[in-house]
Amino acid sequence: MADFRMPSLGADMDAGMLVAWLKRPGDPIARGDIVAVVETQKGAIEIESFQSGTLRDICVEPGQKVPVGTVLAHIDGPEAAEPTMLPAAPSPPTVPPRAPAPAALPTTAPREERGARGRISPLARRRATELGLDPAALRGSGFDGAVTRADVERAAKERPRGPVAAGSEIRRAIAAAMSRSKREIPHYYLSATLDASACLDWLERENAKRPVAARLLYVVPILKAVALALHAVPELNGTYSEGLFRPSSDVHLGMAIALRGGGLIAPALHHADRCDLDGLMRALGDLVRRARTGGLKSSELSDPTVTVTNLGEGIVDAVYPVIYPPQVAMIGLGSVMKRPWIVDDAIVPRRLIQVSVAADHRVSDGHRAARFLETLGQFLAEPDKL
Amino acid sequence: MTPGGAKPRLDRPHALDLLRQMLRIRRFEEKCAELYGAGKIRGFLHLYIGEEANAVGVIRALAADDAIVATYREHGHALARGIGMRPIMAEMYGKAAGCSRGRGGSMHIFDAATRFYGGNAIVAGGLPLAVGLALADKMQNRARVTACFFGEGAAAEGAFHESLNLAALWKLPVLFVCENNFYAMGTALERSESQTDIRRHAESYNVNGAVVDGMDVVAVEVAATRAVASIRESGTPYFLENRTYRFRAHSMFDPELYRDKAEVDHAKERDPIHLFQDWGLTAGLLHDADVKTIERDAAAEIEDSIAFAEAAPWEPVEDLLRDVHTPLTAQAAE
Amino acid sequence: MKTTYREAVRKALHEALTRDGRAFLMGEDVGRYGGTYACSKGLLAEFGPDRVRDTPLAEGGFVGAGIGAALGGMRPIVEIMTVNFSLLALDQIVNNAATIRHMSGGQFSVPLVIRMATGAGRQLAAQHSHSLECWYAHIPGIRVVAPATIEDARGMLWTALQDPDPVIIFEHATLYNLEGDLADDAGAVAIDRAAVRRPGRDVTLIAYSANVHKAMEAAEALEADGISAEVIDLRSLRPLDDETILNSIRRTHRAVVVDEAWRTGSLAAEVSARIMDGAFYELDAPVARVCSAEVPIPYPRHLEEAATPQPGTIAAAAKILVTGHG
Repeated sequence: MADFRMPSLGADMDAGMLVAWLKRPGDPIARGDIVAVVETQKGAIEIESFQSGTLRDICVEPGQKVPVGTVLAHIDGPEAAEPTMLPAAPSPPTVPPRAPAPAALPTTAPREERGARGRISPLARRRATELGLDPAALRGSGFDGAVTRADVERAAKERPRGPVAAGSEIRRAIAAAMSRSKREIPHYYLSATLDASACLDWLERENAKRPVAARLLYVVPILKAVALALHAVPELNGTYSEGLFRPSSDVHLGMAIALRGGGLIAPALHHADRCDLDGLMRALGDLVRRARTGGLKSSELSDPTVTVTNLGEGIVDAVYPVIYPPQVAMIGLGSVMKRPWIVDDAIVPRRLIQVSVAADHRVSDGHRAARFLETLGQFLAEPDKL
Repeated sequence: MTPGGAKPRLDRPHALDLLRQMLRIRRFEEKCAELYGAGKIRGFLHLYIGEEANAVGVIRALAADDAIVATYREHGHALARGIGMRPIMAEMYGKAAGCSRGRGGSMHIFDAATRFYGGNAIVAGGLPLAVGLALADKMQNRARVTACFFGEGAAAEGAFHESLNLAALWKLPVLFVCENNFYAMGTALERSESQTDIRRHAESYNVNGAVVDGMDVVAVEVAATRAVASIRESGTPYFLENRTYRFRAHSMFDPELYRDKAEVDHAKERDPIHLFQDWGLTAGLLHDADVKTIERDAAAEIEDSIAFAEAAPWEPVEDLLRDVHTPLTAQAAE
Repeated sequence: MKTTYREAVRKALHEALTRDGRAFLMGEDVGRYGGTYACSKGLLAEFGPDRVRDTPLAEGGFVGAGIGAALGGMRPIVEIMTVNFSLLALDQIVNNAATIRHMSGGQFSVPLVIRMATGAGRQLAAQHSHSLECWYAHIPGIRVVAPATIEDARGMLWTALQDPDPVIIFEHATLYNLEGDLADDAGAVAIDRAAVRRPGRDVTLIAYSANVHKAMEAAEALEADGISAEVIDLRSLRPLDDETILNSIRRTHRAVVVDEAWRTGSLAAEVSARIMDGAFYELDAPVARVCSAEVPIPYPRHLEEAATPQPGTIAAAAKILVTGHG
C-alpha cells in the first residue's frame, strides 16, 4: 500500500485545497493518471499518481485545505513491480537534522585579545567616572567578563557601607585621578595674601541680624567672590581634553569635601556665580550632607568646571592643590588668620586669607591666574556687591 | 557622394543650415580639444569630429517634441538639437550654469526643454531608456518618436539585443541610429563582432532598417526622414546604420595604436563638411561668402560661450548633496 | 479581515492600477502566469495586457524600459523575479535610475518602483536564495524598503509610487504565505521610519523583512529566560532610521543585528557602525551580528537552516550579551 499525499508543487507552496477527486475507491490507477485536483495560490492544478494500483480509500474530502505532505488517499498496489521508482509521492517535509549549535555560527567578531586596558563596557566606564569609581578594580559580569553598568552601579551602592572597603575604593579613584593629573597636566602655582576683613566684618553684621539657623558660613561669600572672579579669567574655568580647551560659560564650583570614611569627593555647586548668598549656603549644606551619606547625583560629580578646596579652619597658611582632570584649575583657600597688616602706612590688625591657584599651563599663563587673584581681592573688599 | 538622382531638392536656407550646423559643431569641438589641453575641461572628452553629418542629418528629421537619447560622444547631438552653446560650454567647465548644473560634464548633457535624455556613458545603456520613453508615448497615445544614438560597439552588449527585441515585440516608435565608426574605442569591428553587418541584427528582430553613408549629410537626412515617416506611420521601430568615421582619437588620452595614420588620412578625404561644402559650391547653392560668414559667426559664438563659462560661478560646496533626490518643493509642484 | 502577505501585495498592486492611470506592472510572467508568486493573479483580466505587461527574459532591458517610461511620464512598477536575477539589471538601476536625477542637474526624476523577491528558506539553492539588499542600500539616489508585515506589504507600494525617485521594494519569498489580520480600510503607510515591533529593556534585536519574525520568536524565547528583548523592524534599508535605532540602544544598551546577508560588508555592519558612531557610550556590550554563514546558500534544508539566522541563534547571541554566558 502507498500513501497518496498533498504534493509540494513549489518551494513557496505549503498548503493546498482539495477541489475534486477524479477517481473513486476501487478504481484502478495507472502511473501518471490524474487522481485529484488541488487549488493552490496559483490556481487549480491536477495531481497525478506516481504509483499504479487500486485506490483504496480517500482521507480528505473536497473543500478541505491541508498542509503539504498530508495523506490524501491510499493506493493498494504492486509496489514490488516498480522497485526503482521514486518515492510514491513527494515526501512530506522530513524532519531535517537540526542546525548545529549556535556556537557554530559566527555571531560576533573574533574576540579581541585582552590588552592592557581592562574589559569595561563604554557605558560602564562612563558611569564609573560619574560615580567616582575606578572601573578597573571591579569584577565584570558581562559579555566576555567585561565590567558592565550593573557592576558599576552595584559597586557604587555597596561603597558607603563598609568604611574600610569604601575608603579603599575611593582611595583608588583618587589615586587614579591624581596620578593622571600629575602625569598629564603641567601645573603652575601662584598665591596671594588677601585682606578679607571687609568681607568678614560685613558677614558678622549680617549674621547678627539673622536667627541662628539662617546664618551664613564665612566661606559662603568667599565662594561667591571666587565664582564671580572666575568670569574675569575664563581660562581657569572649563575642561581640557583631546588637545582642546573648552571654556565654560557657567561656573560650577567643585567643592572638595572630606568624607568621614576617608578620602575626598568634589561635587559641584551649580551656577555658583548666579546664586545669592542664601541660596549658596543652602546648596552647600545640602551638598555636604549628601556627599557624606552617599546621595549625590551623577551630574554633580561629573560637571564641575573648576574646584575649590578649603582648608580654612585650621593652621594651614596655603594649599598647593592638584587639579582634578579634565578641569584646568583648582583654587585653594588657606585659614583666615588675624595678622598685622600695613594700611596707609599704619600697622593694623587684619583678617587675612592666603588664596592659591593651581592652573594648567597648557591653557593659561601666570599673569592670568594673577589677574584672577587680583579680581578676587577686589570682590572681597566690596562685600556688598556679592 | 550620394548619386545626384537620390538627392532631394535642397533650397538655399536648408543647405546653409546643414553647413552651419556641421561647421559649428566642428569648430566647437576643436576649441574643446584646445581647452582640454589648457586644463579648462577635464574628465573624458570624446570628440565627434568626422561624424557631424549623422547628428545634423538625423536630428533635422525629428520634430520638436521627439526625444533623443545619446551617448558620451554627444556634443554634436546637443548642439544640433538646439541646446545653447553657452550652457553646453559651461557644462564642459563644470559650472553650475551648465545644462546639467555642471554635475555631468562632457559625457552627460541633459536638457528637458528639448527632450534630450543624455549623455549616457555606459555603452548600450541608453537603448533600454529609449524603449521605455517610446513605451510611455505609446501608452499615453502620443505620436512621438524617440531617437536613440549609439556606436557599433553597443551591438556586442546584451542591452542592444534586449532593446531591439522589446521595441519590435511591443511595436514601439524608436529610431535606432547606429553610428558605425568601425572602432569600439580601439577594437575594430571585425575584431569584436562575428556579424559585422550590424543592420542584420535588426533584421533578425524584424526591425526595418537601412544602411546609409554617414559622411553624406544629405543622404543621412533623407534616410532619417524616411525612417521617421515609417515609424510615425507604422508605430514600429526603425534601424539606421550610419557608416561613418571618427577622425580624432577615442578620447583625449589615446595614442591610436590600433589604426594606421594612413587609414585616418584616407577617411579624411571624405570629410563630411568638405564634401557638402564642395557640393554646395558646385551646385551654386552656397557661395564662398557664406562659408566665411558661417565661420565668423561660429567663432564669435564659441568665444561668447567661453566667456560665459569662464565668468560663471562655481557651485558652492555646501550644495554638494543637491539633486540626489527630488526635493519636496519640486514634488509638490508636480 | 484574515488575509495573506501575498494577497496584501496583490491588493496593493490592484489599488495602484486602479487609482493611477499612469501606473502599470511589468515583468516576467506577471500577466498570463499570474506572477511567479501569484501576486498579480487576476490583474491581467482586469487591466489588460498593456498595464499588466509580460516581458521577455531581459532584466536589463525591461528595467531600463521602466526607467525610460518613468522619464516619459508613466509610473512603472517593475517586478524582478528574484534579487539574484536583478544582477542582470544592476547596470540600469545603478548607472541610470540612481544617477539621472543628479547627472541631469535635477532636470529629470525617475519615479520608478521595482519589486523583487529575496531571501533563502525554500531550498532553492545558490542562484535563487541570496539576500543582496545591501548592494542596493549602498546606492545614493534610490530608496530601499523591505515590508515584513501584511500591513506594510499592503501599504508600502502606494507610498513608493508617490516618491518621485526610484524605490526598490524587497519581498522575502518566505513571507508570501504569512497569514494575519488586515484592517478593512488598510492603505498606504509611511516608508521612512523603522518600527519597534516589541518593546524590551535588556537588548535590542534589529532585523528586517522575514527575519523580523525570527527575531520576534527569539524575543519570546528570551522572555522565558527572564531577558526582555526589544525588536526593531528596520522597514527602510535606505535611508536607515538612525533615530529609532539609537533611541532603542539608549534604553537597552545592547544590540544584536540580524541580517540574512553574509556578514562581510553587510547592512548589519552598517547598522553596527552607526550604533558605534551614535551611541558608543551607551553600549554595555559589543554589538553582535547574526548573519548568514559565508557560503553560497546550499540546497539541503538542514544546511540552509544552519547557514541562515534562526530564532535559536538570535536568542543565543542576545543571551550572551546580556548574561555574559550562553
